[in-house]
Amino acid sequence: MSSPISREDVAHIASLARLSVTEEELDLFTGQLADILDHAADVESLDAHDVAPTHHPYPMTNVLRADVVRPSLDREEVLSQAPSTESGQFRVPPVLGEA
Amino acid sequence: MTETALSLAAAVRNGDRTARSVVEEHLTAIEAREGDINAFNLVMTDSALAQADAVDAQVAAGEDPGPLAGVPLALKDNMCTRGVATTASSKILEGWEPPYNATVVDRLATAGAITMGKTNLDEFAMGSSTENSAFGVTHNPLNLDVVPGGSSGGSAAAVAAGFASLGIGSDTGGSIRQPASFCGVVGVKPTYGTVSRYGLLAFASSLDQVGPLANNVADAAALYEAIAGHDHMDSTSIPLPALPVSSELDHGVEGMRIGVISELDGSGIEGISADVQARTRAAVDALAAAGAIVDQVSVPSVVYGLSAYYLIAPAEASSNLSRYDGVRYGLREDGANNEAMNIASRTAGFGDEVKRRIMLGTYALSAGYYDAYYGKAQKVRTLIIDDFAAAYENFDVLVTPTAPTTAFEIGAKTEDPMTMYVNDICTIPSNLAGHPAMSVPYGVGDDGLPIGVQVLAPLLGEVAMFRAGAALERSLV
Repeated sequence: MSSPISREDVAHIASLARLSVTEEELDLFTGQLADILDHAADVESLDAHDVAPTHHPYPMTNVLRADVVRPSLDREEVLSQAPSTESGQFRVPPVLGEA
Repeated sequence: MTETALSLAAAVRNGDRTARSVVEEHLTAIEAREGDINAFNLVMTDSALAQADAVDAQVAAGEDPGPLAGVPLALKDNMCTRGVATTASSKILEGWEPPYNATVVDRLATAGAITMGKTNLDEFAMGSSTENSAFGVTHNPLNLDVVPGGSSGGSAAAVAAGFASLGIGSDTGGSIRQPASFCGVVGVKPTYGTVSRYGLLAFASSLDQVGPLANNVADAAALYEAIAGHDHMDSTSIPLPALPVSSELDHGVEGMRIGVISELDGSGIEGISADVQARTRAAVDALAAAGAIVDQVSVPSVVYGLSAYYLIAPAEASSNLSRYDGVRYGLREDGANNEAMNIASRTAGFGDEVKRRIMLGTYALSAGYYDAYYGKAQKVRTLIIDDFAAAYENFDVLVTPTAPTTAFEIGAKTEDPMTMYVNDICTIPSNLAGHPAMSVPYGVGDDGLPIGVQVLAPLLGEVAMFRAGAALERSLV
């Protein structure tokens, strides 16, 4: 049985998930993810074309509340937990280009 | 511990004991054995004593200190506590002190319960053994060489060791019930949406549910009643109060229709050990002897539950855990630009199991695979719900083993994720359906370690579930 996921696939999804993986980790994760996806072949091959998907176990739609202003989290308390802040905002490295 | 949570609360409420003396007694127990067990990421000695003194002051002033007054409680470290480190046992949240309390934490304080500390878990609740933790392995108090189960292993171990009389866990695929089974305590996953998820660090949002761990069914029922009920801070919260379960515990199972799921009794899915099968049969026989009408029932699609769960839960996790990016809280590693900082922080902060699940989820959601994996798994969810609905036309509750085996040795399953995942085979269907389920200790296996039997009920079927659980417990005495 061919592997359901390749080393290149794993490198690609790691990059999509903003994770850096070493060559050794690529080998390890590719094998482990292939095992899990092999097990999932029973679901993949199931004929369920006429079955509706369930997104949520308890059917509720349009959960609304009155549009009333309420106190929220304290700004200073929230910012005190950030790795870096400036002028009351979160500070991050440059978004574009090299620093 | 012979004293129940309810008897401790009664003694504190009527002034026979001070909350301080109760808390000090439990701190002594922690001091004696925590070094061997490692149930806690953080023991909150000072705040526990301060909370106890506040309860004692309420009693002295003639005020109502709450139904769980002075009862020591172990809180899983994926529930936010304002100003107190909350880690999810992950390096990525090192040093983070949440700016708010989980709703459950506020409700417990209102009920008078005393939080003794934050308990260890598999990182972000991803695991079945409490071995995947940045804070080290938790050991089973009944045998230090075996795991306590997981992911709520720290809370289950704390209750079993007498460090706390009650525990709070979270259950996404069995994370309350399986450690309860392994540690010989009661564990309850309530109906999805009945206990607020506000302040629970999200793993898989359509599956996660907070619930109680306790030494007996009545204590678990009282804890469920203290934490359940609608919360406007959680948009998936069901707009109903907690169901009245405590008052129903003594009503027995006379005439109750109880189904044994044939796919999970050992004859269907492989890997359920002979001693677990035997204890489950003994439990079913005891319920029949207590007047229940017992029969086998088939819920055919539960055999697809494991595969569906390990597509849906990682998919939701990959989305939920995208928030850990080094920007607003937790670990930040240096990077030349923002994206490099994101990657460096996530790579350094997450452990291997979390990375595995994020990647699996990303894959299951990615273009070209969405329909085959995530989409199909959601259809399996519908099939399981439909099969349960058919079963509940003829039965009030269903019974299965909680876990396929007793607690296994530390290190035995860490190399191969798939063998670890099989632990959840009996517990996952209830999460996929959103149904309540509980594990009740029912004797021991060939190795002398505890075995739990699981009682399942339909949506909001907690009353019948607790009645059956209480009947099981009584049949052991």
